[in-house]
Amino acid sequence: MEKSQILDEVQAIFREVLDNEEIVLQSATTADDIEEWDSLTHIQLIVAIEKHFKIRFTSREILSWQNVGQLIDSIAAK
Amino acid sequence: MLDFKQIKRLIKQDNSNLPEMKVALLGDTATQFLATAIKGVGVERGYNINLFEAEYNQVERQVLDPTSDLHAFGAKYTVVFQSTHKLLEQYSLNELTNERVNELMSGRLNFIRALCETIDGKIIYFNYPEIDDTVFGQYANRTELSFTWQIRQLNCELMRLTQEYPNLYICDIAALQNQFGREWMFDSSVYVSTEMVLSLDALPYVGSRVMDIICAIEGKFKKCLILDLDNTVWGGVVGDDGWENIQVGHGLGIGKAYTEFQEWVKKLKNRGIIIAVCSKNDEDKAKEPFEKNPEMVLRLDDIAVFVANWENKADNIRTIQQILNIGFDSMVFLDDNPFERNMVRENVPGVCVPELPEDPGDYLEYLYSLNLFETASYSAGDKDRTKQYQTEAKRVQAAQKFTNEADFLKSLDMVSVVDGFTPFNTPRVAQLSQRSNQFNLRTVRYTDGEIAALGASDKHVCLSFTLEDKFGDNGLICVIIMEKRDAKTLFVDTWFMSCRVLKRGMENFTLNTMVEYAKAQSFERIVGEYIPTLKNGMVKEHYPNFGFKAIGENLYELDVKAYQPRECYIERK
Repeated sequence: MEKSQILDEVQAIFREVLDNEEIVLQSATTADDIEEWDSLTHIQLIVAIEKHFKIRFTSREILSWQNVGQLIDSIAAK
Repeated sequence: MLDFKQIKRLIKQDNSNLPEMKVALLGDTATQFLATAIKGVGVERGYNINLFEAEYNQVERQVLDPTSDLHAFGAKYTVVFQSTHKLLEQYSLNELTNERVNELMSGRLNFIRALCETIDGKIIYFNYPEIDDTVFGQYANRTELSFTWQIRQLNCELMRLTQEYPNLYICDIAALQNQFGREWMFDSSVYVSTEMVLSLDALPYVGSRVMDIICAIEGKFKKCLILDLDNTVWGGVVGDDGWENIQVGHGLGIGKAYTEFQEWVKKLKNRGIIIAVCSKNDEDKAKEPFEKNPEMVLRLDDIAVFVANWENKADNIRTIQQILNIGFDSMVFLDDNPFERNMVRENVPGVCVPELPEDPGDYLEYLYSLNLFETASYSAGDKDRTKQYQTEAKRVQAAQKFTNEADFLKSLDMVSVVDGFTPFNTPRVAQLSQRSNQFNLRTVRYTDGEIAALGASDKHVCLSFTLEDKFGDNGLICVIIMEKRDAKTLFVDTWFMSCRVLKRGMENFTLNTMVEYAKAQSFERIVGEYIPTLKNGMVKEHYPNFGFKAIGENLYELDVKAYQPRECYIERK
């Protein structure tokens, strides 16, 4: 799957989980850029992404991402 | 079941119109999501939960320190979640000796005892889902040293503690894990990044189990199960296939799914759930399997109300409701047909209509997962309820023969046993206080322990009434608690009556008995209060109708000396 398509789908998940239709994701986006994205909603996002793509992240991966681009890379690598 | 996202949305809306309920939550792992789940399911059940969430891992301090925020908050319900995970950690750090292992477990039990003794209000304590650390292999079943042995014993001890402490309720999340599996319950990535031991999928169910207990204690629970017949209670269509060819019974094939479903319904009936039938069928055809098919587990005398006709099901359910005289929100309707389910959902709001799976083989496991029939009490008399509703139907027929109500009442040969609260009737009194919604003047809910305490108090006059007539015994159906306010005044703290015995003159008999007592003890007035709820409109004018004079808003007084005994046809036994 193209990374741009993954980004679109991840963006849709962010909008739904965080209940904010205005969220726009880019590779460089970090938790600091999105108000609703905190350590708690982070885990909700992870679980939703895992379900959507039918994949499992390792705990190490979840803790390692610095920005959305790295998250997309992890999904693409599965 | 709503998912976690939907639950979160419920909290965001304005819920200030809902009644507030104070709940405290303490845990030894992070509890933010659990807090969200409890609040969200609370909204779904009609409560605005005012939740006190203790700081992370402060369970002992908050409980044992009388000046803590927890005690200051004054929760009606205190939810305590001490996880298997953290207990296992302590166990793992211990030396493996009988002494140390027992110390850990008895320490935990002693803490729970202290919890029950220091917390005002009710405690909802989570039991321990098992973690099999496999350190002893299956030999764990043969040595007390193993964590498996200890955790199973701890869960048993928790059940025993509820017998000791009436304010302790167990939230059975171990049963949830048995139903859905450990993998579903615990998500390692959630745990690693948040210190939470419940997965996002498990949270709505756990929140729901907590609210099940709260709702049951508050008097919101299911009393009646209404069943469709064809392809719900048996396989096939009796009108087409005939009573001998429907699918039911053991042996190979789908019949056993229906048999086991019926066995479940029978157990519910024996526990005191009222079973009714609502089926699109000719009545005689629908009854044939119950009468003639030897494989049927359910029999006609298990069914309190049997409605089979070609009218629409919404109307038929309204008919059942009128006969039983219970709220729509206390009814569950099971039907395999999605059209009928939607029809009932849309036209009879309040009735719970589970989305039965397509495969009848899945019915039971699905129904188990919903935990529809939570209760806060149980008494042995519950199992006779079906019979009571059946005799009620006979009474209704008998009443139609009399043109004069007094003649009908006389013909019933009614007798009532008047008693205080005794160890024998305490569970039933408490249960009725939780169940009675309509004929209930102040709707104060009491538990077994509170009823026992009131019975022993010399500041209170406690009366219980049974009613028996020639058709059958209704058992204990009315309760009065009067508080001795001063040497001259009795205040009616509680007056409730089962709606089964409306229009029999039981109210007259009750008031006569109350005044008799007041006169004998030289009290001069009885003060009564009406506290309106959504459901007790029928007794709004109760006190004025019985000759009480208004002395304030919803506050009334009866002059004992001037009282003339009211006519009734009930004899005191």
